[in-house]
Amino acid sequence: MTRSDQKHDGLATGASTAAVASGAAGGAAVDVPSPKVRTINRRFEFLYFAIRNNKLILGLSIVIICFLIAIIGPLLAKYSPFQYTTSYWSPPSSRHWFGTTQDGRDVYAQFAAGMRSAFLIGTIGGVIASVVAMLVGFTAGYRAGIVDEILSMVTNIFLVIPAFAVLLVIAGFLHNVSIPVEGLLVGLLSWPWAARALRAQTFSLVARDFIGMARLSAQNSWRIIFREIAPNMSSYLFMMFILLFGGAILISATIDFIGLGPQFTFTLGKMMNEAQTNSGLLLGMWWWFIPPGIAITAIVGGLYIMNVGLDEVFNPRLREM
Amino acid sequence: MRRYFARKLLTYSLTFIAAVTVDWAIPRLMPGNPIDDLLARIGTRCNTREQCDAISSYFYNVFGLHKPLWVQYLTFWKALFQGNLGISVMSFPEPVSTLIKNAIPYTLGLLVPAILLSFWAGNKVGALAARRKILDNTVLPLSYTLTATPYQWLAMVLAWTFAVTWRFFPISGGYDPLRTPSWSFGFAGDLLYHWFLPFASLFLVQFGGWAIGMRNMIIYELESDYAHYLEALGAPRKLVRKYAYRNALLPQISGLALAIGAIVGGALVTEIVFGYPGVGSLILSAINNKDYFAIQGIFLFIIVGVLIANFIVDIMYVIIDPRTRIGMQGGS
Repeated sequence: MTRSDQKHDGLATGASTAAVASGAAGGAAVDVPSPKVRTINRRFEFLYFAIRNNKLILGLSIVIICFLIAIIGPLLAKYSPFQYTTSYWSPPSSRHWFGTTQDGRDVYAQFAAGMRSAFLIGTIGGVIASVVAMLVGFTAGYRAGIVDEILSMVTNIFLVIPAFAVLLVIAGFLHNVSIPVEGLLVGLLSWPWAARALRAQTFSLVARDFIGMARLSAQNSWRIIFREIAPNMSSYLFMMFILLFGGAILISATIDFIGLGPQFTFTLGKMMNEAQTNSGLLLGMWWWFIPPGIAITAIVGGLYIMNVGLDEVFNPRLREM
Repeated sequence: MRRYFARKLLTYSLTFIAAVTVDWAIPRLMPGNPIDDLLARIGTRCNTREQCDAISSYFYNVFGLHKPLWVQYLTFWKALFQGNLGISVMSFPEPVSTLIKNAIPYTLGLLVPAILLSFWAGNKVGALAARRKILDNTVLPLSYTLTATPYQWLAMVLAWTFAVTWRFFPISGGYDPLRTPSWSFGFAGDLLYHWFLPFASLFLVQFGGWAIGMRNMIIYELESDYAHYLEALGAPRKLVRKYAYRNALLPQISGLALAIGAIVGGALVTEIVFGYPGVGSLILSAINNKDYFAIQGIFLFIIVGVLIANFIVDIMYVIIDPRTRIGMQGGS
C-alpha cells in the first residue's frame, strides 16, 4: 500500500512539473522532450494496469459484445422490425430466433434495431451532457465569484428537477420525437451532477501552482482550461462520459416505456412498452420482454463495472496490490 | 443554520418558479394547436367555415388564449395558488387536482417504504460486505446488476414470475375489484397483497445502488487516519467499523437527495407495469388520452413532491451531521 502511495505522489508531481514547464514556456515548447517522455511512460503504465484489471476487462467485453450486436445484429435480421409475418405469438424458433409478437412481428429484428438505437441515444445524450457539464463546470470552477454563484444556482435547479419529468411534458406535447431529438433532450437534462463534480475538481486544480504560472503568463482562459486543467482530469472526464452514456440509455428507456419515445424507430424501451400494452405479460410471452431488459442491464451494468475498473487503473490508491 | 436553510429555500423557490414557467411555456412552444386537438377529440362537427371559427374562438376565449402572453402567465400562477390545475379531458368534468389527490396515497404508499427500507437495508448490507471477501464477491456483482436494471423491466420479470407463472400475487390493481374500499382488516390485507410486488421491485433496484455506495465509502473510511489510529490503539474492529459507518452515511444521504428524482420515475413505471392506481398509471392514461391539463398538473405535482423530499433530506443531514450544525451556528 505504501509503495503504491509513493508511486501516486511521484506521478502527481511529475504531471505538475511537466505542466509548469510547458506553461512557463508560454506555449513555445522550449524543453518539451522531458515532459513528453514522461507522458508516454504514464500512458504505458495505465495500459499495463488496464490489461491486468479484471473488472475493466469484464465490463469492456460486455459492452463490446453489445456494441457488436448493435452493429452486426440488424444485418442478420431476416425481417424488418415493422414487418408482419404469418406466425403470431410464437416462441423462439430457427425461423424467428427470438420468437414473434402477438401480431406476428419478428422480435429479433426489433431487438437488433433497439440495440442500435440504445447506442445512438447513449452517444448523443452522453456527448451533449458532457459538453454542457464541461462548459458549466469548468467556467464555474475557474471563474469563481459571481459567475460561479449563478452557474451553481442554475446547476442546483436542474439537479432538483427530475429529468424524466421534464422529458415527460416535452415528449407529451411533441407528437413524435426522433432518436436524435430524444438524445438531445436527454443530454440537455442529465448534465447537472457531472457539472457539479467537475466544478469541484476544477476548484482544486486552480489552486495548484502550475495554473497560477499559466495565469501569470497571460494565457487565454479557455486555453488554460483546455491545455492545463482538462488534460489533468482526462481520466475523470472519460469516466464521467461513461456514466452519462449509461444514464442516457436508462432515462430514454423510461420515456420510451411510457410510450413517449420515437414512433418510427424501434428502441429497447419501446419493445417493453409494446409487450406491456399488448398483454405480453399475461400471455406469458417472455421472449418479447426479457431480451430488451437484459440488453439494457448488460450495457449499463457493463459500463458501471468498466468504470470501477478504470477508477482502479487511473487511481493507484485503489489498485489491489 | 438560518443561512443554510435560507439558501436552500431560495434554490427550491427558484426551482419551483422555473418548473412552473416550463410547465406554462411548453404547450405554447410546441408545434400544433391544443385547441384543434381538443376539437378533434370531442369530435365537434362543423359544416361551414363560420361555424368552425365560432367554435374554436369560443374555446380560445374559454382558455384565455387570445390574451397577451404575460396575462396568460399571471393567470396561470393565480390559478395555481387557488389549487386549480384545470379540468381533466379524459375524465371530464373532474378537476385534475382531484385525480391527483386520489392517486397520491397509492404512490406515496409505494415510494416512502421502498425508499426508506432500501436505503436502510442497502447501507447495512453494503457495510457488511466491505472488506469481507466472500460476502463482497456475492453482494457486489448482484448490486451492480440490480442498479443497472431498468425499473420497469424488473417489475415485468417479477410480475411474470410471481403473478403469471406461479400466481402467488395478483398481477394488477391496487385492491381486489370485487371488494369495496373500507376500513377493515380484510381490505387492508388485500391492499398489502397487491402492494407487495410493486414494492419489492422498487426496493430491489434501489437496494443495489445503496449497497455499492456504502461498500465503497466504508473501504475509503477504513483507510483514513482516524480508523488507522483507532486500530493502532487496539480498538475492536467492530467499533472502528461503527465509526466508519457513521461517517460513510453522510455522503449516502446527499446521494439520496440526488436520487429522488430518478426513484420517482422508477416508481411511476413500476406502477404502470402493475396497473397500480397511483400517479404513474394516471400519467399513462393522460398521455394516451392526450389530456394536456392532466400532464401539466402531474408534472407540477412531481416537482413539488421532489422539492419537499429534498428539503426533508436537507433537514435530516443537519440532524445527523453535528459538524454542519456547529458550522452553521457561527463557527467557521
